[in-house]
Amino acid sequence: MSSYLSLFKIKFINNLQYRSAALAGILTQIFFGLVFIMVYIAFYTSNDNQGPIALSQLVTYLWLNQIFFTLVFIFQSEEQLLTMIRNGNIAYELCRPMNFYFKWFVTLYASRIAKVALRFLPVILLALILPSPYNLSLPYGIKEFIVFLLALLLSSLLATALSIIYHLLVFYLLDERGILTLLGVVGEIFSGLTIPIAFFPEFLKTIAYLLPFHYICDLPFRIYSGNISLSVALPNLIGGLIWLILFGLLGYMISKKMLKKAVIQGG
Amino acid sequence: MSFINVENISKTFKVAQRKSGLKATLKSFFKRKYFYIEAVKNISFQIEKGDIVGYIGPNGAGKSTTIKMLSGILLPDQGKIEINNMIPALDRQKYVANIGVVFGQRSQLWWDLPALDSFDLLKNIYKLKDDQYQKTIQELIGLLELDNIVQIPVRQLSLGQRMRCEIAASLIHNPSILFLDEPTIGLDATSKQIVRNFIKRINKERKTTIILTTHDMNDIEALAKRIILIGKGQVLYDGTIKHLKQKYGNYCNVIVTTKNILKTTNKKGIISKEKITDGYIFKIDINQITVSEFLKYLATKVKVDDVEINNESIDDLIIKLYKEFEI
Repeated sequence: MSSYLSLFKIKFINNLQYRSAALAGILTQIFFGLVFIMVYIAFYTSNDNQGPIALSQLVTYLWLNQIFFTLVFIFQSEEQLLTMIRNGNIAYELCRPMNFYFKWFVTLYASRIAKVALRFLPVILLALILPSPYNLSLPYGIKEFIVFLLALLLSSLLATALSIIYHLLVFYLLDERGILTLLGVVGEIFSGLTIPIAFFPEFLKTIAYLLPFHYICDLPFRIYSGNISLSVALPNLIGGLIWLILFGLLGYMISKKMLKKAVIQGG
Repeated sequence: MSFINVENISKTFKVAQRKSGLKATLKSFFKRKYFYIEAVKNISFQIEKGDIVGYIGPNGAGKSTTIKMLSGILLPDQGKIEINNMIPALDRQKYVANIGVVFGQRSQLWWDLPALDSFDLLKNIYKLKDDQYQKTIQELIGLLELDNIVQIPVRQLSLGQRMRCEIAASLIHNPSILFLDEPTIGLDATSKQIVRNFIKRINKERKTTIILTTHDMNDIEALAKRIILIGKGQVLYDGTIKHLKQKYGNYCNVIVTTKNILKTTNKKGIISKEKITDGYIFKIDINQITVSEFLKYLATKVKVDDVEINNESIDDLIIKLYKEFEI
């Protein structure tokens, strides 16, 4: 266990070094947060019909999406691992007495935590002090907040389990861009990052709720604002947990199979 | 049973073939041609505990592939490897805890962090005790002259400094086998010397079994008594360097400056004679005739003004071998 903790630590330290990347990230997230919010406010004020989700809940949802973007965004490439696979430095990884899958799960997870740790605070503070209706609201209740944290933990683990799978596919494909574009479009739409799932037409909603992506970027943030009640949230968390186990097992099996057939690039 | 047992291992790679250019690239989208490369064919050898073995051969001979199979990274297609009663690729997690590997052209250190951070991580990965780790690390830092180097981010180190850190990283857990795949590639004379002395020392003190691949024959002469020469995936020679020299000729070039003309030389051991402007170059086989015998003989024939003696380097010997085996 201590070896995984140590791995987490070194990855965390390593990522904390990239201060200008963090600053750029903070500015991007504030920018996108404000643009999205202004578009939806214009949309809400020019339309007499009530939207499917209250405006303050929607604004909160959009802010949270930006704040935790680096934690839950599925298609976050880990250059360290991809480069290793492409140039063959992965050879060293294979001569360590550690399980390959768990090692990289921990590393990828640490990278997400480090990125979010560097960025979330300034964005949260700014979002909280903005005037209404642009501001991030406080959580709906203390219970909702705790369940939100659980859902966020689950969603970040699920996002890592999904992302490790496409990292492993690079062993066969040698490049991740094609598969990222393909999966990225589907994943982004159905996780509610492009348009919140609440705005989907009924048939798309049905599909979205069947797919695993909504557990990642949609569920936690709607729990926070009280848009999804706790009685609905809890069975959903179990659903997310089942997906996590499924993708975990799938990734684990792929890694086992892949290591047997691995080709080390570059002599 | 030996410590390292390799029996008839083979490994074949499937390689996509494509001509250069746009047309060929487009064509390869639809139809791809593959061919197979037999990187290693039926290689067998045994190595005893505590030996240093030089594993040599030209580029593309299959050296690195063998090292990868020995270190459990690749599974041989055929044949059997047994090391310390384990099968590397199958008992991987258990097996690798006891080996160290250095791939000369790769890096295991964290690029943006000082090497010491990487060492700390390795300490936890190999589950080493604090005092034992401190002792090893101090020893490694001393021997490899890494005093100030380990605190600088790896990206700012020179190649030689980094390579010494890489070697230290491979030995933190005190492995009983060390695989060195071109550990002196690109190093300057001083760094090479440090690395060689270090390898000798840990072999002597810790009885570490060392398998070394290199293109630098001086490494081999300094370190390995036994060499395994491979070419085109097969073992061509397995034995001592001394025996190799005896078998394939231990030649010496003697450049003689003289104004006299030498017509015939018919003494045993003189391989060739070549006329140059102010004398001759002789190639003699010192297994058959010693240099002093040769000079004594020559003095009876001509007046020697000056003489220069060049021992044939092991490089020349290897080139000769490569030629002989057509590899």
